[in-house]
Amino acid sequence: MSDGWVPSERARERAAFRRAQHRRALAVAAVATAVVLAAVVAVVTTAPGWERAREAFFSPQRAWEVLPEVAEGLWLNLRVWVVASVVGLVIGLALAVLRTSRIPALFPARMLTVLYVDVFRGVPVLLVLLLVGFGLPALRLEWLPTSAAFLGGLAILLTYTAYLAEIFRSGIESVHPSQVAAARSLGLTRGQAVRKVVLPQAVRNVTAPVASMLVSLQKDSGLISILGAVDAIRAAQIATTGDYNFTPYVVAGVLFLLISIPLTRLVDAWSARQGWRGSLRGVSGAGVVR
Amino acid sequence: MIARPTPDGPAPLLRLRDVRKTFPTGPGRRAGRRTVLDGIDLDVDEHRCVVLVGSSGSGKSTLLRVVDLLEDVDDGQVLLDGVDVADPWVDADAVRARLAMVFQSYNLFPHLSVLDNVTLAPRLVHRRPRSDAEDAGRQMLARVGLADKAASYPDQLSGGEQQRAAIARALVGGPELLLLDEVTSALDPELVGEVLDLLLDLRAEGTTMLVATHEMDFARQVADEVVFLHDGRVHERGTPAEVLDAPQRERTREFLRRLR
Repeated sequence: MSDGWVPSERARERAAFRRAQHRRALAVAAVATAVVLAAVVAVVTTAPGWERAREAFFSPQRAWEVLPEVAEGLWLNLRVWVVASVVGLVIGLALAVLRTSRIPALFPARMLTVLYVDVFRGVPVLLVLLLVGFGLPALRLEWLPTSAAFLGGLAILLTYTAYLAEIFRSGIESVHPSQVAAARSLGLTRGQAVRKVVLPQAVRNVTAPVASMLVSLQKDSGLISILGAVDAIRAAQIATTGDYNFTPYVVAGVLFLLISIPLTRLVDAWSARQGWRGSLRGVSGAGVVR
Repeated sequence: MIARPTPDGPAPLLRLRDVRKTFPTGPGRRAGRRTVLDGIDLDVDEHRCVVLVGSSGSGKSTLLRVVDLLEDVDDGQVLLDGVDVADPWVDADAVRARLAMVFQSYNLFPHLSVLDNVTLAPRLVHRRPRSDAEDAGRQMLARVGLADKAASYPDQLSGGEQQRAAIARALVGGPELLLLDEVTSALDPELVGEVLDLLLDLRAEGTTMLVATHEMDFARQVADEVVFLHDGRVHERGTPAEVLDAPQRERTREFLRRLR
C-alpha cells in the first residue's frame, strides 16, 4: 500500500480521458442498439401479413390457455434430458477410456467402440430416431419398453454418447505425455496413472465442450416428438390442430429458451472458473487492457 | 524376475553395459533410425554421484529415461543391483518404484495440491495409509523448505518452488537412486541457487545420484565422476578436475569453451 499517494496531474488527466472515452462508448452502443431494434420492428410491423401473423403466432390469450399442456410436455423433455445426460456421460467416458487402453483382452471391445462412434457420429439423429423407434419394437423383445419416450430417449442417447466419447477421448489425448512419464517414474502402474493423473486432467480440459454438448442434448430431446411422445413440441402440435393458431409452438420455443439460455450462461461461468488449475496452459498475453 | 549373473566383480548399484538406443527419424515403417545411445558403459556406486555433461542431443536425457525404464533399449544391459532390468519380463513398475526422477519441466500434477503430489506414490505404490503418507509428505516438504505450501497448487508456486516440490515428490519414497534431468534449465537465473543448494545437501547426506546438467560449477561440487557424452558415446570420463579443468580430448575442450 502506498500511503499518502496523491494522484499527479498527469494521472488525473489520464483518468478523465478514460472516463470520457467510456461515456462515449456507452452512448455509441445505445444509439446503435436503438437503430437496429427500430429497423427490425419497422420491417416486421409494416409487412403485409403482420396483422394475421401476430394473431396466429403471438396470441397472448391462446398462449395462456396452452401453457399448462406445453409445460407438462416440457417436463418429459427434462426427464429424458437428465437421464440421457447422466447415462451418456458415464458410458461416453468409459468408451473413451476403453478406446485409449492397451489391454489386449479388450481389443474386440475397442474395435466395437470405434465402429459404434463412427456409425453414430455419421448418421443423422433423425434417422437414428426412426430406426430405433420403429426397428426395435419390430424385434418384439418382451423386456424392452416400447413407449415412444423410451425409444426416442434411447436414440438420442446413442447419438450423444458417441459424441461425448469423442470429446472425452480428445481430452485424454490432450494431457501431455510428460504427465504420464512423471506418474510412471514414481512407480504408478499404467492403470493408476490413467485414473489418478490422466483422467482428472482430461475431464477438466473438456468441461466446456462437454457442457455445451449437454445443452444441445436438452434441446434435441424435443426430437422424441417425432415418435409420438407427448413432449413440449408434440403437445404444442396437438394444440394447433383445432384452429390453426401456431402460438403453442412459440410457447414451446420460449420454454426451451428459458431453460437453455440460463444453462448456457451457467456453463460459461463455470468453465471460466475452471480456468484455474486446468492444465499447463500458459496465460501470457491474457488481460491486455488496451 | 530372472536374475542373470553379473559380468564381473561386486556389482555397483547401477551398471550400464553397451547400452544402445535408436529413435525413428519420422513416422511410418520406412522411416530411418537415429542412434541416440551408441554403446554406453557406466557405473554408479552406492552413495556416489555421477554427472553427465554434453551438448543438447548428446543422449543425456535418453540415458536417464532408459535407466528409469521410461524407454526400452535396443540392446545392452541395465543392471540394477546385478539384475538386468532391461529384460522385458522384469516388473518395470517395481523397478521404477525403487528409483526416482526429477524432470527439467518439473512435471508436477497440476490438478493435485503440492501435498497430494508428494503423497500420491506413497499411497498408491507403497500402499501407506493416508495419514502416514501425509506425515512423511509434510516432513519431506519441510525438508525442501515448502512446509507452508502443502495446500497450494503447482501453478501458485514459483519455478524454483515447483522444482523443489518435484524433488520432494521424488525423495519421499526413499529411492535408491535419484535421477536428475537438467533440473535447473527451466528456471530463472535467480531461482537456480535454491534448487542447487538443496541438491548439494542431498549429496552431502549420501544420496546416490545420476545427474544430467549444464551447470559446470554444480558438477564440480557434486560429482565423483564426470562423464562427457558426445553423439551417444562416452567421449571422456574422470574426476571433475580431470574432465572439466584438464580435458584431454578436443571435443570436450570445445564444449567447455562454448559454455564460457
